[in-house]
Amino acid sequence: MTLFLNQLINGLQIGSIYALIALGYTMVYGIVKLINFAHGDIIMVGAYAALLSMTSLGLPFPLAVVISMVVCIVVGVVIERVAYKPLRSSPRISSLITAIGVSLFLQNLAQTIFSATPKPFPTIFTVAPISVGSLNISFTTLLTIVLSLLLMALLQFVVRSTRTGKAMRAVSEDTGAAQLMGINVNTTISITFAIGCALAAIGAVLYCIAYPRVQPTMGSLPGLKAFIAAVLGGIGIIPGAMLGGLIMGVAESLTKGYISSSLADAVVYGILIIVLLVKPAGLLGKKTSEKV
Amino acid sequence: MLKVDGLNVFYGAIHALHDISFQVHPGEIVTLIGANGAGKTTTLHTISGLIRQKSGTISFKEKNLAAVHPHKLVNMGLAQVPEGRRVFAQMSVLENLEMGAYTRKNAAEMKNDLDMVFSHFPRLKERVKQLAGTLSGGEQQMLAMGRALMSHPDLLMLDEPSMGLSPILVQEIFSIIKDVNRDGTTILLVEQNANMALSIANRAYVLETGKIVMEGNAADLMQNDDVRKAYLGN
Repeated sequence: MTLFLNQLINGLQIGSIYALIALGYTMVYGIVKLINFAHGDIIMVGAYAALLSMTSLGLPFPLAVVISMVVCIVVGVVIERVAYKPLRSSPRISSLITAIGVSLFLQNLAQTIFSATPKPFPTIFTVAPISVGSLNISFTTLLTIVLSLLLMALLQFVVRSTRTGKAMRAVSEDTGAAQLMGINVNTTISITFAIGCALAAIGAVLYCIAYPRVQPTMGSLPGLKAFIAAVLGGIGIIPGAMLGGLIMGVAESLTKGYISSSLADAVVYGILIIVLLVKPAGLLGKKTSEKV
Repeated sequence: MLKVDGLNVFYGAIHALHDISFQVHPGEIVTLIGANGAGKTTTLHTISGLIRQKSGTISFKEKNLAAVHPHKLVNMGLAQVPEGRRVFAQMSVLENLEMGAYTRKNAAEMKNDLDMVFSHFPRLKERVKQLAGTLSGGEQQMLAMGRALMSHPDLLMLDEPSMGLSPILVQEIFSIIKDVNRDGTTILLVEQNANMALSIANRAYVLETGKIVMEGNAADLMQNDDVRKAYLGN
């Protein structure tokens, strides 16, 4: 039982990080119908930004997180303006290939600047683990889960109830009609990228606390898993990305605990395949029929 | 209020609009009628800036629209109800109406306009919480019109409001268009249903394969033999 609970909590920790990153994939897909394959590498950008703020600039951790978020937002918005916006009316395959190109560009750029050698991420929290019965829950685990849940609730609020959030939903449903309402489509798309990148930066820092190695290709794997989480939950659907991320994390962690570490990814992909066979639009995706 | 002068629009090599010129004066209902593919929707899209013309000018309230971003038009007092309604299906009726008032900041005015929209379309009031995608076609048309009215336009452009609706609903929608006009909104109406359009319009232009072939008072055109043969079916 202790093993189960431990693995469950570990799974929720990594799952919340996947969920934070998955939100960026799903929001961008929702609004421009693009799988932004460079989103995983934003994690790497955020990790380097946080690391250098602390080591080279000697800034305190909270400030480093803010800087990381700002850097990710700027990089993400610039990528959208320079690489994706000119292709908005081109066939989707063009922007998809461009996204892969941007991903490789970011990785190679980081390799040139920082070299491929992994750099250690400093230990941030030295608080003793919290004991609940026979369980020891580390502070960072608790922080990751609680913070992620808060951010997701905040995002839900922004998208459901604010003027900007409603504009985002309007643009994602019908860009042309949204424009007729006086909504500035370009600004709304930029805001969407910015929110996705800010969440990725927080995900990056939390990921580095869990796996304290910073290197140019570090974003690929969590990026891929977050993408799968978004598809699993139903791409374009925000609660779907959260659910998908948590399911992925828990499935991965339980497989590691009970079966074998090397099978963890296979089980996760297996779940994805089964879900897509049964519900092709993802867990929360629905087939919508519209009246014309 | 709206002046279109010598408009030429191309889709690639296809010359879609030839030298289109027309005007809408304040307070009028003006209709553009014509068959499918005559260029009616293209004309509206060019006015809204969704398509750019090759030559010709469009001015609204004496201001040339050539350099104006499409999303700025609403603020200038120009709203459009697009063809096929295009309501936001996954958003509630109320949220759709709020989107119509997106450019406006004054909450009290918005409340007034909401009441005005509900007085024209009482059925929308009963369904404020419902998702727009679950409304019937007629209700979606009402919502699309209500949404456009929420921006408090001086000129409302309607693209095929009768499309896909039963004759009774078409009557209802057209009588609301008249009411809206009586309350002070100028109307530019694009319609295939020439009979209905001419019955409420002051003036009309007939479009054929991208050219204006006839213009005049709606009542006169209704009596015109060519128009009757081509568009009114008798």
